[in-house]
Amino acid sequence: MADERRGGGGGRGGRGGRGGDKGPGQRRSLFRRRKVCKFCAEKIDYIDYKDVRLLMPFVPDRGKILPRRISGVCAPHQRALQTAIKRARQLALVPYVTD
Amino acid sequence: MSTSRQYELIYIVSPDATEQEVADLHAQVEASVARFAGELVKTENWGRRKMAYEIGSHKEGIYVLELINGSGELMKEIERRLRVSDRIMRYLVVRVDEELRAAERARARRKAVARPPQGGGEGAEAPAAGTDGREDAEVL
Repeated sequence: MADERRGGGGGRGGRGGRGGDKGPGQRRSLFRRRKVCKFCAEKIDYIDYKDVRLLMPFVPDRGKILPRRISGVCAPHQRALQTAIKRARQLALVPYVTD
Repeated sequence: MSTSRQYELIYIVSPDATEQEVADLHAQVEASVARFAGELVKTENWGRRKMAYEIGSHKEGIYVLELINGSGELMKEIERRLRVSDRIMRYLVVRVDEELRAAERARARRKAVARPPQGGGEGAEAPAAGTDGREDAEVL
């Protein structure tokens, strides 16, 4: 699934028009306005690794950490989020992998 | 005197441990803290919780969280004890004082921005929102 998407974005000049140039023509949620960082918006300074409800939206079904190009999280918060998820994984609060 | 730091300790006790065993483990931690002149700030027993993956054929675990002020030597001792105990499936020690302080600083900074010293409260509010907006525009 992720590969497919990457192929679409990276395949420069390829067909399929997924490159986003024809913005108005395609109303894919993927190329919609970039979301503002959730943690900045909600003014969360400390991303607690114990707060599973906070972390789960950033751990999709497969168990990977959601890249920030999709979630729109800002870089400093993504870094904090990353360590939080990794800590939570060690404690089996968040999965490493799921299939 | 070694510097006092704040640590968070979480350990997962095997689900077939009895209440008594869990209490004993807690008592053990408490004793270590007392011996090293630390301070047990808070204890939280989350009880039985389903784990995200199996640890040694167990699907659930009993989670206990302890917030401890103390030295590194204290934590070393506690970790040693937890490692020895066979009821402990997993534990994690995180030093939290610096992270909490950083969060506190960020909160203070935001407060300062929200209410700037040289008037123009509205003006200060706008740039914060504006930065995000500009970022959006660049991406598009």
